[in-house]
Amino acid sequence: MEKLNWLSIQEAHDQLTSKQISSVELTQACLDRINAVEDEVQSFLTITPEIALSQAAHADRLLAAGDSLPLTGIPVQIKDVLCTEGVPTTCASRMLENFIPVYNATVVEKLSNQGAVMLGKGNMDEFAMGSSCENSAFHPTRNPWDLERVPGGSSGGAAASVASGETIFSLGSDTGGSVRQPASLCGVVGLKPTYGLVSRYGLVAFASSLDQVGPVGRSVKDCAFVLNAIAGHDAKDATSVVREQKDYTSNLGQEINGLKLGIPEEYFVDGMESGVRQVIDEAIAKLEELGASIHPVSLPTTRYALACYYIIAPSECSANLARYDGVKYGYSYQGTNDLWEALEKTREFGFGPEVTRRVMLGTYALSTGYYDAYYLKAQQARTLIRQDFDQVFREVDALITPTSPVTAFKIGEKVGDPVQMYLIDACTLPVNIAGLPGLSIPCGFSDGLPVGMQFIGPHFSEETLLKAAHAYEIATDWNKSRPTL
Amino acid sequence: MEYETVIGLEVHVQLQTQSKMFCSCRADYQTAAANTRVCPVCLGLPGTLPVINKKAVEFTIMTGLALGCSIPNLTKFDRKNYPYPDLMKGYQISQYDMPLAIDGQLAISADDQDRIVRVERVHLEEDVSKLQHVGEGSDDSHSLVDVNRSGVPLMEVVSHPDLRTPEEARSYLTKLHSIIQYLGVSTANAQDGSFRCDANISLRPIGQKDYGTKAEIKNMNSLRAVFMALSHEQDRQKKVLDSGERVIQETRGWSEYRNVTYSQRSKEEAHDYRYFPEPDLPPLVIEDSWIEEIQNKLPELADDRLTRFTVQYGLPEYDARLLTNSKDMADYYERATGPNDSRGKPDKRFAKNVSNWILGDLSRLLHLEDRQICESPVSPENLAELIDLVDKDIVSVSMAKTVLEEAFESGGSPAQIVQEKGYTQISDTSAVETAVGEAIDANPQAVSDYRGGKETAAKFLVGQVMKNTKGQAKPDLVNKLIIAALEKLK
Repeated sequence: MEKLNWLSIQEAHDQLTSKQISSVELTQACLDRINAVEDEVQSFLTITPEIALSQAAHADRLLAAGDSLPLTGIPVQIKDVLCTEGVPTTCASRMLENFIPVYNATVVEKLSNQGAVMLGKGNMDEFAMGSSCENSAFHPTRNPWDLERVPGGSSGGAAASVASGETIFSLGSDTGGSVRQPASLCGVVGLKPTYGLVSRYGLVAFASSLDQVGPVGRSVKDCAFVLNAIAGHDAKDATSVVREQKDYTSNLGQEINGLKLGIPEEYFVDGMESGVRQVIDEAIAKLEELGASIHPVSLPTTRYALACYYIIAPSECSANLARYDGVKYGYSYQGTNDLWEALEKTREFGFGPEVTRRVMLGTYALSTGYYDAYYLKAQQARTLIRQDFDQVFREVDALITPTSPVTAFKIGEKVGDPVQMYLIDACTLPVNIAGLPGLSIPCGFSDGLPVGMQFIGPHFSEETLLKAAHAYEIATDWNKSRPTL
Repeated sequence: MEYETVIGLEVHVQLQTQSKMFCSCRADYQTAAANTRVCPVCLGLPGTLPVINKKAVEFTIMTGLALGCSIPNLTKFDRKNYPYPDLMKGYQISQYDMPLAIDGQLAISADDQDRIVRVERVHLEEDVSKLQHVGEGSDDSHSLVDVNRSGVPLMEVVSHPDLRTPEEARSYLTKLHSIIQYLGVSTANAQDGSFRCDANISLRPIGQKDYGTKAEIKNMNSLRAVFMALSHEQDRQKKVLDSGERVIQETRGWSEYRNVTYSQRSKEEAHDYRYFPEPDLPPLVIEDSWIEEIQNKLPELADDRLTRFTVQYGLPEYDARLLTNSKDMADYYERATGPNDSRGKPDKRFAKNVSNWILGDLSRLLHLEDRQICESPVSPENLAELIDLVDKDIVSVSMAKTVLEEAFESGGSPAQIVQEKGYTQISDTSAVETAVGEAIDANPQAVSDYRGGKETAAKFLVGQVMKNTKGQAKPDLVNKLIIAALEKLK
């Protein structure tokens, strides 16, 4: 019998409700796996076995009472950027090393209401800024497919924990590709929902107009189950939208005959590894074989996306991170009696170099005399990028692109060159800029490393994306491959 | 050289909403123990998000409409960035370039002139925490933060630089204060900080078009302080200019204690607030139907009430203006004047008497104890009762003043005071005649003076009777009887 920690959500749910297994057993299987591989993978910042086992026991009581929902008793890792009441939420930063929230993020609350089991908090780039998980102030996470390599980022812990079988699924956050890119590099499924579909309340803000919480799982259907649980309007988040509740699993299994898929030429550019290109081309061919029609399309404003992103995200981040001043909570420099010196030193020692870089970029971009040239221009570019997508979605139902132009790179390989690191997100950033849903699924390997394919759709087209990705997934089984650990 | 003073005012008004601007904490922080009106949102904890208080938006639109502003259909909030320990998020959510209300005006009268002052904008933002500095200068000096005030809705009314004298500034503030109170959107209490004013002031040679360099004055906690600070600053800038120097653009504080303004922060040290649209709050669409609904709900304001007072109660405009300046006083007046008489019209003589008592003796007593009319120990009903006692000849006017003072002291009912203390007026002719006879017998000198043609001697005798009857004799009766008795003796 397969180890319980590798079950899909559907399998786990079926076995739990039919009493073949208990949530405590399932949870223990994950904890055992964590014990076995965590020294190598290091996907967690905090492991909470006591909480997990007590939540599992609670879930078992719900299950015994026949009072279960799809995620009841299912273990999950929560990215350490999501507030968990009573459990440290560090954002992988020295600044919040000892910060313990007094409340749960709405998504955490929703999972808890379903009876999900929290295994612990996932590693990440500090304050979700980075593409390799190397910006964690505490330790890097390693790619389960090759421990010398990065898992991607910023939700590196989320992807690595799922890929290594430490958890059944995880929650990440995606501001410019932070769920999809690590999912791609670790060979798992990652979904960034439409901006506004999932509440951001309790998600420690990086760039408020771009951030969105999303699931990482080992199958499309797993992500659909999680989306069912976390989507929906939240009165505490003014940017969350009121929409009819949907069952995102209901369309899975339908054929994709006649589905119009666009291939934007701008996403197949310089710097893209030939191995990735080849795998994506094969995947596109497979989709066509499954009945989708393939259309070359153009999104000419794509080339402004990176610049646009690196104005807007740092600008918002410079304000969002202003609250970390050492006065109220978190790290506080103690060697001075001068308020302003204390504030400067707190931030100097509390933040890592990438966070400092982005805070400074944003502060600069918003300054008097530069605002019009940078922030305002970026907002205008943002409108054009959105219009580009709107235009193309009049012709096609969804777009297919590589998630990342490269496979997992070596730890330390790109840390010295921020711009090279930023370029890795070229295919995922535009999706956040336009507020669209994006889904990355495994579609093959290049030199033994996973390659991810990205589905991009119009606002609130998650059902279509999940359906198409699911059709591909069951026809190919790439998601069944597992790293040897 | 002769200069013209140019003043613009920024008034911050705390709105009287149930909950705070962006969270569900109660906004009644003034009476609450420190840090008991707080939640993750107004503490600015990581991950929290703001949600707009609709009532605060309504109050701001209401104020905008009362000031004749137009209400744009699209508005938004912005982040104003600056670091300070009283600011929980490191930025304040405010409104930058798309305020809730724009282009209004306020009619003022000052220095015997009626003028229109343009209101540039009315916008909405959140208040900050309160810092308390402990043991300043000592080894143990530290600051305490009370977060209760953080996130309380704050409305800012910004005037154009249309004011020309400190007196006009005072008039503008009085008028604005009255409107705010009439609307019921704020307690507008300057002492507790729910009505705060900053002023920009500059001087320019008469005839010059361009504005001079301005100073911003802060820390003015009362109408009087605004007047004093602006008068002082006007003189200071004049001296600077007269000595051939230049005014420095800076922020200055007002020291009530030293009676001077002092430099706080120069332009070079000023913050770059790096405003940008608040990404956590989508732009707000204000539907015309909502604006209309609010317009229809606007209560009667001071100017309309003034007119009504002159018509309905037949009051002179002077009285009506003084009474309606403050909503509390106008309310007090109407409660004291009471319901209309059987003919459906107020008794205009009684109405004028009420006005006289409020503007005269009651205001004097309130002023002595530095109390507002809403804190008057004499209720409007009790004042009406007192006036009634005078009207019915039960007490004399002069005795009524004593009764008012005692009622003000004790909060008791005038009728009861009159009864308990035996202040009832003696209008019984025979009783007064006895007192008159006694006074004439006891003062032969005055009687002979009168006979010698000195008429003031009669007044002296009246006074003696009043004194001997402890003021209770009816004065005109005493007067009549004294004259009659003296004439008889002639």
